[in-house]
Amino acid sequence: MFYREAGDFKVSYEEDSQTFPIKFDRYRYYMVLAFAFLVIPFTINDYWANAILLPFLIYSIAAIGLNILVGYCGQVSLGTGGFMAVGAYACYKLMTAFPEVSMFVHVLLAGGVTGLVCVLFGLPSLRIKGFYLAVATLAAQFFLVWLFNRVPWFYNYSASGQINAPERDVFGIVITGPNAPAWATYLFCLIFLTLCALVARNLTRGTVGRSWMAIRDMDIAAEIIGVNPLKAKLTAFAVSGFFIGVSGALFFAIYLGAVEVGEAFGITKSFLVLFMVIIGGLGSIFGSFAGAAFLVLLPVVLKVVGVDVLGWPPDIVAHFQLVIVGGLIVVFLIVEPHGLAQLWRVTKEKLRLWPFPH
Amino acid sequence: MKLKLTTLALGAVMAAGPVMADLVFPSLSYRTGPYAAGGIPFADGYADYFTLVNERDGGVGGVMTKLIECETGYNTEKGVECYESTKGEGALVYQPLSTGITYQLIPKTAADGIPLHTMGYGRTSAANGKVFGNVFNYPANYWDGASGIINYLLDENGGDLKGKKIALVFHNSAYGKEPIRTLEELSVKHGFELTTLPVDHPGQEQKSQWLQIRRERPDFVMMWGWGVMNQVAIQEAANIRFPMENFIGVWWSGAEHDVLSAGAAADGCRAVTFHNVGRDFPVFDDIQKYVVDAGKAAGAGDQVGNVLYNRGLYAAMLAVEAAKTAQEIHGTADITPAMMRDGMEALEMPEARMSALGMPYFGPSFNVSCENHGGPGLVGVTQWNAESKTWSLIADFQKTDTDVIKPLIDADSASYAAENNIESQCK
Repeated sequence: MFYREAGDFKVSYEEDSQTFPIKFDRYRYYMVLAFAFLVIPFTINDYWANAILLPFLIYSIAAIGLNILVGYCGQVSLGTGGFMAVGAYACYKLMTAFPEVSMFVHVLLAGGVTGLVCVLFGLPSLRIKGFYLAVATLAAQFFLVWLFNRVPWFYNYSASGQINAPERDVFGIVITGPNAPAWATYLFCLIFLTLCALVARNLTRGTVGRSWMAIRDMDIAAEIIGVNPLKAKLTAFAVSGFFIGVSGALFFAIYLGAVEVGEAFGITKSFLVLFMVIIGGLGSIFGSFAGAAFLVLLPVVLKVVGVDVLGWPPDIVAHFQLVIVGGLIVVFLIVEPHGLAQLWRVTKEKLRLWPFPH
Repeated sequence: MKLKLTTLALGAVMAAGPVMADLVFPSLSYRTGPYAAGGIPFADGYADYFTLVNERDGGVGGVMTKLIECETGYNTEKGVECYESTKGEGALVYQPLSTGITYQLIPKTAADGIPLHTMGYGRTSAANGKVFGNVFNYPANYWDGASGIINYLLDENGGDLKGKKIALVFHNSAYGKEPIRTLEELSVKHGFELTTLPVDHPGQEQKSQWLQIRRERPDFVMMWGWGVMNQVAIQEAANIRFPMENFIGVWWSGAEHDVLSAGAAADGCRAVTFHNVGRDFPVFDDIQKYVVDAGKAAGAGDQVGNVLYNRGLYAAMLAVEAAKTAQEIHGTADITPAMMRDGMEALEMPEARMSALGMPYFGPSFNVSCENHGGPGLVGVTQWNAESKTWSLIADFQKTDTDVIKPLIDADSASYAAENNIESQCK
């Protein structure tokens, strides 16, 4: 009933190939955008921004980035944490070297730097595949973390080896540091997420995206039909690196404000983002959002239910959290190996026929 | 279960009733993860003291205290979540027990006007109250710890460390890197040779570091570890037969759980401290009576009297005394975080006051002032006896090398002030 295309006539190619061809879907998308841009900024408080929405937005960008590499191009990467660290440190160096430049520029440049580094570590992908590539990217993870710990230039020779985001603004509105208002930090990240998602969506259904998917599905066949594997794989690494770098920059500058590389960008971060992509759904932009939301919100929800509602001791709840999140991941992968995105697709199919399934 | 639900419902009704606002003390604890072994006793001690104050004295100045515990798992992201979720409840002072989370909270608490007490951890230069108006790290900080260790070694070696080799095994994080600057200065001053050996989080893998120690044969090993890293280090030291009396840890590397697993091999291991150890204090009788026997002990209730339990107790005691001071200054029982800050800044902790609280000689006597948020930095030394399974104080709280530390604190805080455009907060 809801997802009917009956009566929704397309009269041009543009209309036919738009992202949301079904009217209901399209309006729902506009509603979500309007809500995110026009309603939430006026009602947001510090807790919602710093504990829920900022991590969700930032992890969504990271998940989209990794999804391009793993889900669309089929190149397994365990270096996400390290690449986020590149984004964060690039942003830090830029912020401290050019204080008068807008944060928008810094974050984009940080993404660019990460893209380059990612291409560098993507070079082995031309020779090795699968598990072996995973190990090569794992090496990137450990090398990058070691590098940022080891070379004092990256943290401006501070005694503690930490990097701290100084106060910076965009159009006169403070965007980093403790005095930044919740709505400003939220909007700043939201704008980046919206842009990233739009770019990713349009890249993945264009020529570039098709060549990625061809490589993913069968690289030899793709090469035979004329896809250049060098170009396809390296563009995937570059674009993925750009997104992950942007998320790392936002993670450091907007969300945490002070970062210690081993703790914030360790191997656990790589796995966390990979889980988001796998649980959300490989090869799906919506899946990246769903996976990020799932893994960011679930611990908070469990904590609120366990500690605040049921009044259990926080350590018991923390242990339960590990059990429940772990259990849910296993259940999800058994019941729906293609992730939340597939679940959503099936629901949509059902809704289309509802209430007359025949 | 049914009983639990009933008590919960009752609790909810009571909480909803019109009661006087409580004094809220959040406890950002960690009872899970690789650092839980240290987090649990501290959190228990912190919680038990507030329970004791409520049960025995009816709160602070007639107002009950309320402890909100939030699990951080030593993770900065969860720490931020905990901070944001508790700050709206009127939190008076934060004690995150994590240097990483402290760095997060220094700017945030400054913006929100909530004091932060990082006792023996955090950013050392926060001792300069002119720059860090609402951060306190009395009674001692990392650099006092580093200097305290060197002073103790100087005493043992007749005041001369020339040509000696000292290795620092440290947690490769902001926490572990803090003492290096001071130690470098001290090595120049006293002419010893310093080797630094970083160990990555969480610290279970230290084979190569200890191999290097075995090869280079340093005269002393200093330990700047936390959590599981300590146990592993002491085990490794025992494996290479490193003489334990030459092994000396900072206060985060000297608790029961660190040495118990190594058994008899850990005997004689030493650590510096800024508070007393053991349960030979009158206050523990009260804790037994009002908290443990009443079934109100935090956690499993099996940590009472441990080194880190005592530290939690000490932290809570200082917080309560600062709250009392704040109540006196402002003449109201119902204090705000800003008043709490004034109370902490005016805190005086002479021996008589500790004795009156049933904690004679539990820590050094000290006063806090606007310029000095770090206290006098008096440091003692404890030693482990594997047979009786106890830590005991073997050297009294003594002065550290302020000639070296003070300029370093001034330099580091000055650079922070310049970065963040902070003017002197003292009149």
